[in-house]
Amino acid sequence: MSKKMSGAKSLVQSLESAGVDVMFGIPGGAILPAYDPIFDSSIRHILVRHEQGAGHAATGYAQVTGRVGVCIATSGPGATNLVTPLADAAMDSVPMVAITGQVPSAAIGTDAFQEADIRGITMPFTKHNYLITDPQDIPRAIAEAFYLASSGRPGPVLVDIAKDALQKETDFVWPSQLSLPGYHPQIEPTSQAIKDAAALIAQSSKPVFYVGGGVIKSNASKELMQLAELVGAPVVTTLMALGSFPDSHPQHYGMPGMHGTVGAVTALQKADLLIALGARFDDRVTGKLSTFAVNAKVIHADIDPAEIGKNRFADVPVVGDLKHTIAALIPAVKAEFAKGRADLAPWLASMNKLRATYPLGYDTPKDGSLSPQYVIERISALTGPEAIYVAGVGQHQMWAAQFVKYENPRTWLNSGGLGTMGYAVPAAMGAKVGAPDKIVWAIDGDGCFQMTNQELVTCALNNIPIKVAIINNESLGMVRQWQTLFYEGRYSNTSLESKRIPDFVKLADAMGCVGLTCDRPEDVDAIIKQANSINDQPVVVDFRVFRDAMVWPMVAAGTSNDDIKIAREMAPDWDSQEL
Amino acid sequence: MSTHTLSVLVENSPGVLARVAGLFSRRAYNIDSLAVGPTENPDISRMTIVINVESHSLEQVIRQLDKLVNVIHIAELKLDDSIQAELLLVKISATSKNRFDVDAVLETYGAVIVDEDSESLTIEATGDAAKISDLLNALERFGIRELAQSGLVAIERGSGSLADRTLSTQSIPTADSGQADYQN
Repeated sequence: MSKKMSGAKSLVQSLESAGVDVMFGIPGGAILPAYDPIFDSSIRHILVRHEQGAGHAATGYAQVTGRVGVCIATSGPGATNLVTPLADAAMDSVPMVAITGQVPSAAIGTDAFQEADIRGITMPFTKHNYLITDPQDIPRAIAEAFYLASSGRPGPVLVDIAKDALQKETDFVWPSQLSLPGYHPQIEPTSQAIKDAAALIAQSSKPVFYVGGGVIKSNASKELMQLAELVGAPVVTTLMALGSFPDSHPQHYGMPGMHGTVGAVTALQKADLLIALGARFDDRVTGKLSTFAVNAKVIHADIDPAEIGKNRFADVPVVGDLKHTIAALIPAVKAEFAKGRADLAPWLASMNKLRATYPLGYDTPKDGSLSPQYVIERISALTGPEAIYVAGVGQHQMWAAQFVKYENPRTWLNSGGLGTMGYAVPAAMGAKVGAPDKIVWAIDGDGCFQMTNQELVTCALNNIPIKVAIINNESLGMVRQWQTLFYEGRYSNTSLESKRIPDFVKLADAMGCVGLTCDRPEDVDAIIKQANSINDQPVVVDFRVFRDAMVWPMVAAGTSNDDIKIAREMAPDWDSQEL
Repeated sequence: MSTHTLSVLVENSPGVLARVAGLFSRRAYNIDSLAVGPTENPDISRMTIVINVESHSLEQVIRQLDKLVNVIHIAELKLDDSIQAELLLVKISATSKNRFDVDAVLETYGAVIVDEDSESLTIEATGDAAKISDLLNALERFGIRELAQSGLVAIERGSGSLADRTLSTQSIPTADSGQADYQN
């Protein structure tokens, strides 16, 4: 079944055939032929203000819906502006397809106007990419791109298409079969691996579930709950996994890592078995690797075999989709437990005591100014766990990870791996497009906000009413915190003076948003309620907070998790704990 | 550090060498040699890669390589189970006076003269790394003017073929690639 049409039309029909309902982009010379059929397409195209915004919006959409996020840009600078979101999506395993126009095939390699070798540039951080010069190849490349992006370990795929391939006439044939001889993601774990894992779990007297973002990617929260309750072990959820297991659950110990809870960090350190599910032993979780959980055996379950053994040896590697892996573990563990299991009571008693002794907390500023943690805590309390929370990168991100209460998967979005400042506003925009009936709060820093706030114009014009809380400490706060702790308080280039310039309320107003401001603790609830009541316009709240608040606990970069500090130069009182 | 020879079957598609080379570079793996050439199947090329790694990370190198969509199969070829050869072209100073000595060396190593003029001889030899290195040592006294050497290529001993065992073409119905709503 083939139809004659332009390559551009073939591209748009391919995207429709792949199930695309929305894409974010900006037209330009090389991609212009594609924008003509886009004009008539059923696909909603959202015209953003910067290609980086298109990329992060695609990520936000993908993280919330589980579907492939799509962005589109022209050649040269349009394409290179997608580089950061592509790298970001690769680090956080986000299914995303980026379409870029390329200069005409005859001009490739001549340094033509707006030419950039985007396929070459993006090779290191796309799951795969294509340069298409023959219009006949367009449907196959698009079909493969969506399959690659969404299957196995998800990731970004870029399809670069030369302008003449968009202009030439071609036959549109949507492929009924794909042939990818080098790509066979393993979905089902081997029964031997499941058996070995179950045996280790039954033998362990100090197990911990180390849960990563893979659980969210594979939609395995229900299975995780069943397995976790069956085993009864503490559950720690990494920055990428928040919401995969309810914060309110008695087995939940919070987030591990550089700014994790004492309970979560210590549970990993003292465990005799780590049940790692879709996690990748990132340096921000392990601290100094050689001192990480030294007495623990490791079950490492992941769909990407290259993650297993990359940073930490796995006693039992389990390759497979986590939904299948965890589902297979449940009966296997039950069978092992029927034969007998180690007693967890002493372990749980000591860990529960530790967790109770060192809950997350913060000091209220003595000068009466607004505490950033309090603002975030109140946003969570007044908006609830059904809403979606999106953060930028820095102190506000860590506080949003710590003080928002997450109960559901796909309600927490952030740039975990790449640490992309400016992620929040465009990702929140994409999230709101993917989940229009949910409240979406971007919890942003004043530094991050000034990198990508132009997408609020896109939101205002396209009826995407997100809410932005600027945690305005007039600084690059996390960098300033490191300067306080490690550079003798020499604040080189971290003061943004954003309580003075810009005027965020006027800026919001200029972009068609409601701008609010708040600098007194007693006004916080009323302002949040006001923001939550506005549903026909984006809202920006400038929360002018205490400048010197710091994120605690903290494991300094490159040091051992054993050296966690709960406040400046203050370690937990290990002597009073029986570990 | 230890040396390993990997035979990597890749799709014969544009950019595949850049993908492999880029992977080695960005993950800081050391390549000793890399040779690319056609195979019996025009859609598939073979890369023979000699790498120097800590033994525990060989597996990591293989797994990362295997993640490249265009990489179809990777096998480690052990010295005992494979034929390994490099190609050497070397230009030496030779006159009628020392020609007899040169011929004796060439005969020992099974090398042949492929070009000559009044001042020089160009010699072609193939063999494993040790043989090529011994030959070069033996030729040194004549004066080496220039040399060109290929990367190592290798093939498994016996009648088996990597391609036979790995190229089951498995088609993926596009329905699987469609969009499902995964929200839970």
